[in-house]
Amino acid sequence: MPLPIAILILIAGAWLPAALSRALRIDAAYTTVVMVGLALAIVLAQAGQVLEGGTLVQSWPWMPALGLNASFRLDGFGLLFALLILVIGLLVVVYARYYLSPDDSQERFFGLLLFFMGAMLGIVLSENLLLLATFWELTSLSSFLLIGFWRHEPEARRGARLALMVTGAGGLALLAGVLLLGHVVGSYELTQVLASGPLIKAHPLYELILVLVLLGAFTKSAQFPFHFWLPHAMAAPTPVSAYLHSATMVKAGIFLLGRLFPALAGTEIWFFVVSGVGLTTQLFASYVALFRHDLKGLLAYSTVSHLGLITLLFGLGTPLGEIAAVFHIINHAVFKASLFMAAGIVDHETGTRDMRRLSGLARFMPWTAALATIAAGAMAGVPLLNGFLSKEMFFAESFQVQWLGSWYWLMPVAATLSGIFTVAYSTRFVHDVFFGPPPQGLPKTPHEPPRWMKVPVEVLVALCLLVGLMPAITVDPLLRAAAAAVLQAPLPEFSLKLWHGINLPLLMSVVAFVGGVLVYFTRRYHFDLHGYQARLVDGRALSEVAVARTVRGARWLVERVANGSLQRYVLLLVVAALVLGLAGARGLVLSGPVAMTPPDALAVLLTAALVLTAVAATVLHARRLLAVILIGVVGLVVSLAFVRFSAPDLALTQLLVEIVTVILLLLAMYFLPAETPRDSTPLRRGRDVLIAAAGGGAVAALAWALLTRPLDTIAWYYLENAKPAGGGYNVVNVILVDFRGFDTLGEITVLGIAAVGIVALLQGLKLDAPGVDWEGRPWAGERYPLMLRVLSRPLLPLALLVSAYLFLRGHNAPGGGFIAGLVTGTAIILQYVAYGSEWARERLPWSYSNVVAAGLLVATLTGIASWVFGAPFLTSTFGYVAWPVVGQFELASAMVFDLGIYLAVVGVVLVIIGRLGGLSGPETRAAGPGEN
Amino acid sequence: MEGLVVIAIGVLTAAGLYLLLRARTFPVLLGLTLLSYAVNVFLFASGRLVVASAPLTDQGLERYPDPVPQALVLTAIVIGFGMTALLVVVALRALRETGSDHVDGGQA
Amino acid sequence: MSHLAILPVLLPLVTGSLLLFTSRLAEGLRRAVGFAATLALLPIALLLMSQVADGSYVVYSLGGWQPPFGIVLVADRLSALMLLLTAIVALASHVYAGDGQDAAGPQFQSLFQFQLLGINGAFLTGDLFNLFVFFEVLLIAFYTLLLHGLGPQRVGAAVHVVVLNLIGSALFLFAVGTLYGVTGTLNIADLARVIPALDAETAPLARSGALLLLGVFALKAALLPLGFWLPRSYAAALGATAALFAVLTKVGVYAILRVFPLAFGPGAGELAGVASPWVLPAALVTLAFGALGVLAARALREAAGWLVVYSVGTLLVAIGLFSEAGYAAAVYYTAHSTLVSAALFLLADAVARQRSVGGDRLDVVDSMPQAGLLGSLFIVAAVAMAGLPPLTGFAGKIMILDAARDSGLAVVTWSVLLSAALVVIVALARAGSALFWRIADAGTARPAQRRVPVRTLAPIGLLLASVVAMVAWGGSVTAYAWSTAGQLARPSAYVEAVLGTAADDRRSLR
Repeated sequence: MPLPIAILILIAGAWLPAALSRALRIDAAYTTVVMVGLALAIVLAQAGQVLEGGTLVQSWPWMPALGLNASFRLDGFGLLFALLILVIGLLVVVYARYYLSPDDSQERFFGLLLFFMGAMLGIVLSENLLLLATFWELTSLSSFLLIGFWRHEPEARRGARLALMVTGAGGLALLAGVLLLGHVVGSYELTQVLASGPLIKAHPLYELILVLVLLGAFTKSAQFPFHFWLPHAMAAPTPVSAYLHSATMVKAGIFLLGRLFPALAGTEIWFFVVSGVGLTTQLFASYVALFRHDLKGLLAYSTVSHLGLITLLFGLGTPLGEIAAVFHIINHAVFKASLFMAAGIVDHETGTRDMRRLSGLARFMPWTAALATIAAGAMAGVPLLNGFLSKEMFFAESFQVQWLGSWYWLMPVAATLSGIFTVAYSTRFVHDVFFGPPPQGLPKTPHEPPRWMKVPVEVLVALCLLVGLMPAITVDPLLRAAAAAVLQAPLPEFSLKLWHGINLPLLMSVVAFVGGVLVYFTRRYHFDLHGYQARLVDGRALSEVAVARTVRGARWLVERVANGSLQRYVLLLVVAALVLGLAGARGLVLSGPVAMTPPDALAVLLTAALVLTAVAATVLHARRLLAVILIGVVGLVVSLAFVRFSAPDLALTQLLVEIVTVILLLLAMYFLPAETPRDSTPLRRGRDVLIAAAGGGAVAALAWALLTRPLDTIAWYYLENAKPAGGGYNVVNVILVDFRGFDTLGEITVLGIAAVGIVALLQGLKLDAPGVDWEGRPWAGERYPLMLRVLSRPLLPLALLVSAYLFLRGHNAPGGGFIAGLVTGTAIILQYVAYGSEWARERLPWSYSNVVAAGLLVATLTGIASWVFGAPFLTSTFGYVAWPVVGQFELASAMVFDLGIYLAVVGVVLVIIGRLGGLSGPETRAAGPGEN
Repeated sequence: MEGLVVIAIGVLTAAGLYLLLRARTFPVLLGLTLLSYAVNVFLFASGRLVVASAPLTDQGLERYPDPVPQALVLTAIVIGFGMTALLVVVALRALRETGSDHVDGGQA
Repeated sequence: MSHLAILPVLLPLVTGSLLLFTSRLAEGLRRAVGFAATLALLPIALLLMSQVADGSYVVYSLGGWQPPFGIVLVADRLSALMLLLTAIVALASHVYAGDGQDAAGPQFQSLFQFQLLGINGAFLTGDLFNLFVFFEVLLIAFYTLLLHGLGPQRVGAAVHVVVLNLIGSALFLFAVGTLYGVTGTLNIADLARVIPALDAETAPLARSGALLLLGVFALKAALLPLGFWLPRSYAAALGATAALFAVLTKVGVYAILRVFPLAFGPGAGELAGVASPWVLPAALVTLAFGALGVLAARALREAAGWLVVYSVGTLLVAIGLFSEAGYAAAVYYTAHSTLVSAALFLLADAVARQRSVGGDRLDVVDSMPQAGLLGSLFIVAAVAMAGLPPLTGFAGKIMILDAARDSGLAVVTWSVLLSAALVVIVALARAGSALFWRIADAGTARPAQRRVPVRTLAPIGLLLASVVAMVAWGGSVTAYAWSTAGQLARPSAYVEAVLGTAADDRRSLR
């Protein structure tokens, strides 16, 4: 049975409890138990060979390009953790079933728990480091959801976010470390990584890798100074705490230390960093634990301290230290889980966890008291209990430090000291809660909990005793297999015995006990424990302030920079373009070899006119009508320039577009405020002038550099083939409707969309037209001037005739669909101006958007028609027909395409000007015929 | 000749940019119009300048202008027209919705 | 001959134009037509993808004119992938809009099709000026869709977007003019062939044009300092359209990825790697600032907008490396970020619709009838976006980090990428717990009429499902990304496919 199935059952099946309880009314807890049981069975099925020292590796490719493979590994160490996770998990499920109150959603709880369990199992069964990192982050995520399970409680939400932030940051560091590790080793598969320890330790990146990986481990295992998230995670339901903080979550960091032990451990920096951090954490946390008044708070810090101990043991880098570490992992998981559960029972049955209010509970729940006492004894390291054995090993190892030199005594002393504190807070845990006078004013009257809530505790306490009494037959094989897997080498000689004779470690234990008990029972002489309020720097407060500051800072920055001012964005864009353009042109010799053609008087005159009008328009832009007129003049000059430089089609187009644009601008001006107020300071205007001048100069320079250089282009092809292949002498037109007809199709699509958009924008738009201009003169004395009416009436048919002519000759002479369309359009517009849009629309009742659409379709379908002849889209053909009167006449399929353009343009002009013009005057209507 | 065109392009661009940096929709509109003139002439000139000719192959001219930029400019003019028209209406709508012709709406 | 390559352009064009006529038809019918046309893009894209999956190029010369003289459409792995992404997002957006948002203004169906037409055209064309034309098509459709539903926010945002992009279009034309004025051609493949031959005397001009082009694409991609317009305007748009816009920024990214390795790549002589000094730094700034924007956001839509900026930054970090590994990462990350940001926009909209008072504001305590459902969807999207495993963001992050490892700026890149990722994680955790955990008592909730309809869930589900699929079949997806990167890193095949080997003889016709 492949290993990943065990993980899949848990993760992919996380929704099952909810589903089954909804569909078949099956208690979510039962489903969960069954699934965990299945996973456990799968693992146990492989246990045999692993205990004999085998390592099971199963691998499937997932994203080989990334080196991320679905490869799994079961060795002694993994097996040990898998058992802890699943067995304790099973007990937690049973416990939670009775702990959770009816209004907690059991479905959600067990779903999340399964997900977390699966992720945790994934970590310990990963062969691929990237896969490990994946599961690692999944535990961060799922623990976030578990800690925040009581989402209505602010404490829970804050605790959850804190845990996610700290462990998430660690996860990122770990990811970076793993990526570098894989880079050094050349593979992410553990088998290779563990085998190449010397290579890694010799590599220049070793220190960096070590630091990054340790950051991941320490944040997860709540090592000083990252310990602060753990106590706040106590806002979670007790089963979660019991699980996350005994066997799983926090042990993941420890697991990582052990997992990468052969690859990273044994160097001086490893010793000083790892054991240093471990020692500090252990001392500090064991001291703090004594002063917690909340049962779970005490246990939380005790957890931190024991994790510190394990870290310290790994830090020693000696085989025996490592064995002691592995052993203590087991023991701590067992007694700490049971203690959390006991605390939960107390909370559950009394309604409080405050040791200042609890007292003498042994009377009411003797059995629970007994269990809790034994477990606490294990925590304190009382002989005959499992905690004692690993603690002795630790004391023994504390003498075997090679790097401290003359400071060798430091380690044993510190060890004893933390032993004293451990004993003290364990004593307090038991004595404060279960002994002494009966409690006053508890929310509930305490009594023994339901049967099944105690069973898990009983099982765990039993384990404490069994391991403590007969280690050799209970835990020895598992321990050896695990330790060997960590070491990846044969183990040194060691034996799990209760009695090693009178030796220093035993002495230290005695000191620890006497000291610890003294500290507790003489406490009132040193300080008033119950009155004591811990005044430590609270990591959560700090980090929350930090986050809040960051958010405020971010808001300040973002709102300053992205301040929603178009002027700034335009400036940024212009400046960016300038910088890019100039940077690109570095090393450019401005003038090229080509001599320029001599200017003539007319050209000089026109340029002068253009420059003057443009500048005038800019300076006088506040006088809007004047500005529009000047702009019109500029446009005219431009079209004249096109004439001069042999671009008749352009000239015509420019001219016509100019007319329509000016009408457009006039309409806009008619509704917009007539005057532009001075919004910007002189300084700012000065800056803008400079920017504008720079931009103009840059563009001019670019143009000059181009114009003074020779160029050979693809133009020859069009000139040669326009007639023979395109059937037209007017090359520009042939390019537009044939060679590059696709551009034109897009172009009229743009017009079409513009028309639709404008119709949409004008819907329900009612602007009150100012009756007078900026000098108070009435806009139009007579709405429809007589002269205009008289003139424009005959103008329409004439214009239509002209456009027909322009259209037909377009392929061979200046003209074409676009120009013709504009002529027709403007002519009709004239009718509007002369008679008002109401009158005109009565005579042109069809929807203008439909005209546009028709144009688009005609053009497109012409293109598609060529498919019939097996030719690509827009392939043209042409032939000659003999017409009476007209005579030999050419007909090109491109002209049908051109017809489409014609229609589209006419329609667009009508929509734009017609509908916009329709806004003014009394006859305004929300929407024209069929335009909605 | 080239010199004059270059001057024209430069002036048009500068004028356009300055107006684009104003705070009201109308001058911005004018600025865009001027800038599009500049762009069109620039694009047109990128095919170099030929005087007194035409891209009409039946004229039997000895030197033809480059027809490609002419076609491109024609397309550009049309697209520019559509865009300008839309912007005009957007500006009017903005005046209606925000009660101001400031480019950033009411908060001016 | 096969016309498959042009269908992604023609189908929306014809559908859009036809729908213009039918303004009197029943909304339901027009919606159905629009849906059918949108749905049809999916098989088309897949078919095209299957044709180019072997590394071949589908070249479609319009009007039968041989390139570089006529316009060509070129489909390779990259463009096929982009078409597929567009199809998926479009489908989701269309279905979501069907829940009433498409009736918020006239002609939505046509505009939607025209938007797709512009996007698909930009992904397919092999001609620089034609790219400009399609940019304009998709932009004007973008404006009109952004305005869809009107209201001060949208119109105000539209003013900004239109003005900025019109300047952008002007820049584009300056760039095209410059490049044509130097190379005398418009076909991108032809550019790639001519540019290496430029002498040191004219090269600066081409370089100038190239960098202007980069500026234009950066504006479209919302690369800072040119992307500040994006969050506000995307937040102003209707949910359905905002989701569609998630593709738009990718058009800018695509354009960089298409033009620069091809025409200004290592083989470009004087212009080799012209964009390299610019993209990476700007991308890092964008990435960092985007992350801060997410943290600073006061509403979910706003956050989604900044997340687009953030992911564009991440994406351009990968591109900015201008290496095969970088391209691979970029391709994968593009797909990822497009789908996820689209999903987030829809989700934000759904949340805003479910909450009675708060809308999508994070600082308002409100209740949601289906906090659980939307919450779980949010978690999936957030995990993907924040680059947490096991979803696409994680794989993408690994690819980018891997690719950046050997670059000169490796240390900076890594630290910025990772710390920005942390900021985003924190920001999304805050947003999520504020919206889905800090829930007022059910008293204020009116669940009955505000249950999430299938029309809302299906599209979000579709998008997130495709994200999950990108991981589940991660092997083949990353493989595709790598082979795409291979094509980008070795452009000669593209040039040959478009111009054929005889290209040089054709030049000598003169």
